Amino acid sequence: MGKLPDHGFGLLLLLPALVLVSLMVLYPLARNVHLSFYEKDLHSGLESRFAGWYNYQRLGHDSRFFTSFFNTVFFTGVSVSIELLLGLGFALVLNASFPARGAIRAMALIPWALPTAVMAMAWTWIYNDVYGVLNDVLLRLGIIDEGVAWLGTPSAARWAVIFADVWKTTPFVSIILLAGLQSIPADLCEAIRIDGAKAVQGFRLVTLPLLLPSMVVALLFRTVHAFGIFDLIYVLTGGGPGGATETVSVYVYYNLFRYLDFGYAAALVVATFLVLLLVAILTYLPMLKREVELG
Amino acid sequence: MQDLGSGMLRKGCFILATAGLLLFSVGPFGWEVLTSIKPSSEIAQSPVVYVPSRVTFEHYVALFARRDFGGYLVNSAVVSSLATLLCMIAGMLAAYALAKLNIPGSPLFLVIVLAVALVPPIILLIPLYEMMRWADWINHRGALVLPYAALNLPFATLVLRAFFRQIPQDLLEAARIDGFTRVGILFKIIVPLSAPALATTAILVFVFCWNEFIFALTFITTDAYKTIPVGIAGLSGVTSPYEIPWGLISAAAVTGTLPLIVLVLIFQRRIVQGLTAGALKG
Repeated sequence: MGKLPDHGFGLLLLLPALVLVSLMVLYPLARNVHLSFYEKDLHSGLESRFAGWYNYQRLGHDSRFFTSFFNTVFFTGVSVSIELLLGLGFALVLNASFPARGAIRAMALIPWALPTAVMAMAWTWIYNDVYGVLNDVLLRLGIIDEGVAWLGTPSAARWAVIFADVWKTTPFVSIILLAGLQSIPADLCEAIRIDGAKAVQGFRLVTLPLLLPSMVVALLFRTVHAFGIFDLIYVLTGGGPGGATETVSVYVYYNLFRYLDFGYAAALVVATFLVLLLVAILTYLPMLKREVELG
Repeated sequence: MQDLGSGMLRKGCFILATAGLLLFSVGPFGWEVLTSIKPSSEIAQSPVVYVPSRVTFEHYVALFARRDFGGYLVNSAVVSSLATLLCMIAGMLAAYALAKLNIPGSPLFLVIVLAVALVPPIILLIPLYEMMRWADWINHRGALVLPYAALNLPFATLVLRAFFRQIPQDLLEAARIDGFTRVGILFKIIVPLSAPALATTAILVFVFCWNEFIFALTFITTDAYKTIPVGIAGLSGVTSPYEIPWGLISAAAVTGTLPLIVLVLIFQRRIVQGLTAGALKG
């Protein structure tokens, strides 16, 4: 081993990672595309039969797919926007110096660390229409006149799902933004204040532009992950009521394990996620690479 | 005088914002804790009972009397530990290669790593399910350990690479002149120097593995091998199909998340550092 040149030795060290990723990620990606051109369902006795573009043609007529796609876009757009705004607010609070800051930062992290599926059970209890604490608090505050069936009506359920996601992932966004805030030199803020800028102006002219790279990173990762949301919705609503909160991931899962339609599920995945992934990678790669080089 | 007033106002706003943040972050979990120590008769009550008449541990007793729950904890611990170990070994070697050795095409490897970090698990579910069926690994811990290690590998590699790059190249050159082999440099110099970074990364990977849901739901179908998230999500119909045992579920949620809360409270600073270095996991 001592005789190997540095790059040969380096490649040897990369081998375990490459094998693991090829087997568990790269091969499955390719197999997914392959499978999407086959019929593998109950008709075919779960044998693979070449079907050409058949699965993709089906997709064009599948209104449930379009509904779930729209739901996914709505969920992603709204929750990621709220998370960025709220995360920015949290980051500003957590960046200030005050007593017990470490403890408060730790508590702010808690939602991020808890298993989504377990907390989804907690949210079904909080959202319960008769005994739920949310309705009770809102009634006492006089915000609503009668209990809302948060998970029982389509529009309420959409917002209930979004709020639970905002709760879970805002800490992640605020940590990324907090790191961005900490990298802004303090004398820069000082200088602009001496120049006579007000706090709001300083924020707009100095903080926000310098925070932009962190915001882009947070936005990218949140968007891609929100687009793939499964566990929260599967446990909280199962996609209901009446498909109002069914995202593409949930629909894919049902195609697999309720309808045993592997080929079609694969086509759904390719049409939705591989396209999204390609767009994201091509758009953001230069920026991400720079981030990594700097980090 | 005006200055003093606006200062107080600002301070007030700040305290209000901090209080809001705390309520938001801890509230839902706090409600689980409160539900889990209420007597059953005060749980399904309208109007809601905020101060229970007495504190009870009956739900926790009932929870651990169920044979399967202790099993979920053990399964989660075993699967997450093994996956973390595997991920850290592969990640450490790869990060060393990418940070400190001149590899042709290392930008390409970085691109692959970044792309894999973005993959949502649903993309891999169908082919992995086929694979696990083919390997007869349905209801086998390996069916979770390997995918978990692979999915967290990009994150671990990027974080460790960021930390390894901070180690001065001169130090490694000097070690080489002193007769250290490249393997010796990794294990006798880099690993001890970056022990905190390794711990941070391992904690984060462990948390991600502990929380994973869709693979655990799909590849494990018998109770004996279920992990905490899937086990708890399945508790809603255990006592009777008509009544959801909220006390039991709350006790389970508190127990199943307690290890994570302890980790967060102890390692808050490290977790923030690690997440920032990787800046990658949602």
